[in-house]
Amino acid sequence: MVTDQLVDLSRLQFAATAMYHFLFVPLTLGMVWLLVIMESAYVMTGKPVYKDMTRFWGKLFGINFALGVTTGITLEFQFGTNWAYYSHYVGDVFGAPLAIEGLMAFFLESTFIGLFFFGWDRLSRRQHLLVTLLMAVGTNLSALWILIANGWMQHPVGAEFSYETMRMELTDFWAVVFNPVAQGKFVHTVSAGYVTGAMFVLSVSAYYLLRRRDVEFAKRSFRIAAAFGFASICSVIVLGDESGYALGEAQQTKLAAIEAMWETEPAPASFNLIALPNDAAMRNDFALHVPWLMGLIGTRSVDKTLPGLKEILARNRERVVSGTEAVKLLDALRRSPDDAALRSRFAAVQGDLGFGLLLRKYVADVNDATPALIDQAARDTLPRVAPLFWTFRAMVGLGFAMLVLFGLALWHSVRGDFARRPGLLKWALWFLPAPWIACEMGWFVAEYGRQPWTIYGVLPTHLSVSTLTVESLYGSLAGFVGFYTVLLVVELYLMVKFARQGPGSLGTGRYANEAHPAALPA
Amino acid sequence: MIFDYPTLKLIWWLLVGVLLIGFAIMDGHDMGVGTLLPFVGRNDEERRVIINTVGPHWDGNQVWFITGGGAIFAAWPLVYATAFSGFYWAMLAVLWALFFRPVGFDYRSKIHHAGWRRTWDWGLFVGGAVPPLIFGVAFGNLLQGVPFHFDANLVPYYTGSFFGLLNPFALLTGVVGSAMLTFHGAIYLAHRTEGEIQRRALRAALIFGVLMLAGFSAAGLWLAYGDFGYVLVTAPDPAALPNPLTKSAVHAAGAWLANYGRQPATLALPALAYAGGLAALALAARRRTLAAFVASALALTGVIGTAGVSMFPFVLPSSTVPGASLTVWDAVSSQRTLSIMFWATLIFMPLIIAYTGWAYRVMAGKVTAAYIREHEHSAY
Repeated sequence: MVTDQLVDLSRLQFAATAMYHFLFVPLTLGMVWLLVIMESAYVMTGKPVYKDMTRFWGKLFGINFALGVTTGITLEFQFGTNWAYYSHYVGDVFGAPLAIEGLMAFFLESTFIGLFFFGWDRLSRRQHLLVTLLMAVGTNLSALWILIANGWMQHPVGAEFSYETMRMELTDFWAVVFNPVAQGKFVHTVSAGYVTGAMFVLSVSAYYLLRRRDVEFAKRSFRIAAAFGFASICSVIVLGDESGYALGEAQQTKLAAIEAMWETEPAPASFNLIALPNDAAMRNDFALHVPWLMGLIGTRSVDKTLPGLKEILARNRERVVSGTEAVKLLDALRRSPDDAALRSRFAAVQGDLGFGLLLRKYVADVNDATPALIDQAARDTLPRVAPLFWTFRAMVGLGFAMLVLFGLALWHSVRGDFARRPGLLKWALWFLPAPWIACEMGWFVAEYGRQPWTIYGVLPTHLSVSTLTVESLYGSLAGFVGFYTVLLVVELYLMVKFARQGPGSLGTGRYANEAHPAALPA
Repeated sequence: MIFDYPTLKLIWWLLVGVLLIGFAIMDGHDMGVGTLLPFVGRNDEERRVIINTVGPHWDGNQVWFITGGGAIFAAWPLVYATAFSGFYWAMLAVLWALFFRPVGFDYRSKIHHAGWRRTWDWGLFVGGAVPPLIFGVAFGNLLQGVPFHFDANLVPYYTGSFFGLLNPFALLTGVVGSAMLTFHGAIYLAHRTEGEIQRRALRAALIFGVLMLAGFSAAGLWLAYGDFGYVLVTAPDPAALPNPLTKSAVHAAGAWLANYGRQPATLALPALAYAGGLAALALAARRRTLAAFVASALALTGVIGTAGVSMFPFVLPSSTVPGASLTVWDAVSSQRTLSIMFWATLIFMPLIIAYTGWAYRVMAGKVTAAYIREHEHSAY
């Protein structure tokens, strides 16, 4: 029996495991390119300090990567364990990018990460650099295919519902691959990862510089991180702005929600800098407007309008009504699949089938749906505004703060005086958590903003879950939380320990805090 | 598209088999090494030697498991949905056991503390020993049929319990799965080590090789004389759009051995299990470890192939509503998806095998105590 509680627990478990996984992924995505840059410098100049940089930052990269792998397996299997109907309903489309991710990307990064760590003595410099590069390409291709899968959840193109098999089926693979929402998400997300990697190296290097130890090592690392980070944060902001906006209905609804835009304003719409959204009354109790700005951001024009939430609601209500018809016709068609008249009537409304399925949350048989329930189902299609409004602003605010930080860091790297600027170094050090917070906020905006759908407009979240017991969900959720908490503590302990010890942990004899092999009792 | 739908469905049955066998050969040997770790390694240095025989490779190998899951999602979505949600606690046990591996390998030797390292050694043991055991148990349950059905919208309902999976026959197949991969891992370990560790690994290979062959024989006899098997009454049309609700099937004792009568060539698979297993034992006894590794890989292929062929065309038989059983013909993705995934596999699988082979060649040779001392700060 699918209850609201089961659905909520399944969502909570997915959100918890995905957001936890996403603590490790962005750092991997970014640091791997920093390793490529550092090692390229080593191959080009032959200076051992660049090799030490690659190996030391690589060590921290490895500690992070281990948990990225651990938590990634959960996600690959959780669709089947906890979202069985989803897996059946969209596996034909959604499974392919996941499997291709494994074949094309995950094998690549996972095979070469072993040679990255253990191949230093057995490969020539160029061969080893090639290994590092392939590892970087693998991690980024991995993100590409995952975001193609995720982009399809936001904007399901290239697929059609089949009443014979009761599922979505692929009609155009390349439409799924080149889905503009997926491509936009990919570039925005990997850039955010690059920023995370850069911030990590920048912060830890700033720590050594503030302590005046391993100065040459830290200065070189800081400069590379500043340049890479500045380019990346520019890319995040430009592509983030470019990506989500107004492509596909999910993004339109999200856009209206994150901007607390209830009414469709005459173009160009004003931008709510600060607002107190009131979901129940569908208005803002307070708002500080910037005229014109929203229209310019959202449409890149002064004459196109952006739909407000009330207009979206009205449209969606019509789609629920039409979807109700689609559900009824589908049931009839399942009973007599050869009826050509039924088929053509169904074909006319099947685009709204998902909206009809929203009613299944309230009634087993859509014939029992009252106008009040139809209103309710339509109202469900609007995500809650306040959480999206504020998390989005937190993400953007942190993004701009990081733009300033990386800008200053780069400026002073060019001038060569950053090591004597404790203010800047402290800012870099204390801003370490910023990209993680921004990444998690971004994930929240994208995924919470997609509700009440798993596949926007196609499959409601409520129908997607496995028919498990609530007790099973409590048990597994407790297990994940317990495991992940312990693992996070262990990971942070090692990260802090090795970051504090610094490049001396390599045992090369060139740095402060040299590691001393302590003999263990046999 | 070059292939018609029935051919593609058949190809995907073979490809899932290839991925499963690839997983057993590749991830299987490092899981076997993990299982043996606390017993074959008697002190920290020996354990580091053992861990570093698979250190550079376990991560790539694990992708066979992950890609196997992804491929089942893409090619057999109903199997992925039904089995993974039905075997909920078994899947979680596998998952949670696997949690110990990435962190166990990477974190263990980063801290000089005996208790810390001992803890992770047992973590690596759990990560190596639990998944093969559970996969073996899962196969035992597939052979018996599992209690599930669908409603009219194809929502799967699983009506069994976790403890129902732990029945005597499934525990026997669990032992086979466990022994098989430990055997394989022991031979790999012997190939990459020398001296005392190699000697102990070879002894383990003897024990687990014999156990595997004995368990495989016992399971075969049980299948022949026990009450196992399902047959299709009205078979699904292989060319039809997949819908598992249109056929009917019944439970029929002895049905799992019928395929061998219809297609005697398939007897090559159980024969391969025995020939590979015996050859691996003989070669290992002569310390021809590389040849023994190839032989044990062939033995795994035989064992897994035997289970797959026995059930064909069934993949996931239902014990409560046999007609709802999932088969090669009616649990699959659309022709377009199967075709795209076929080409993706055809392009990437040879590449994967090539660069994995290169990685093993780069890291080839014995892992010794001297190597560990020399790489105190970088080895696992």
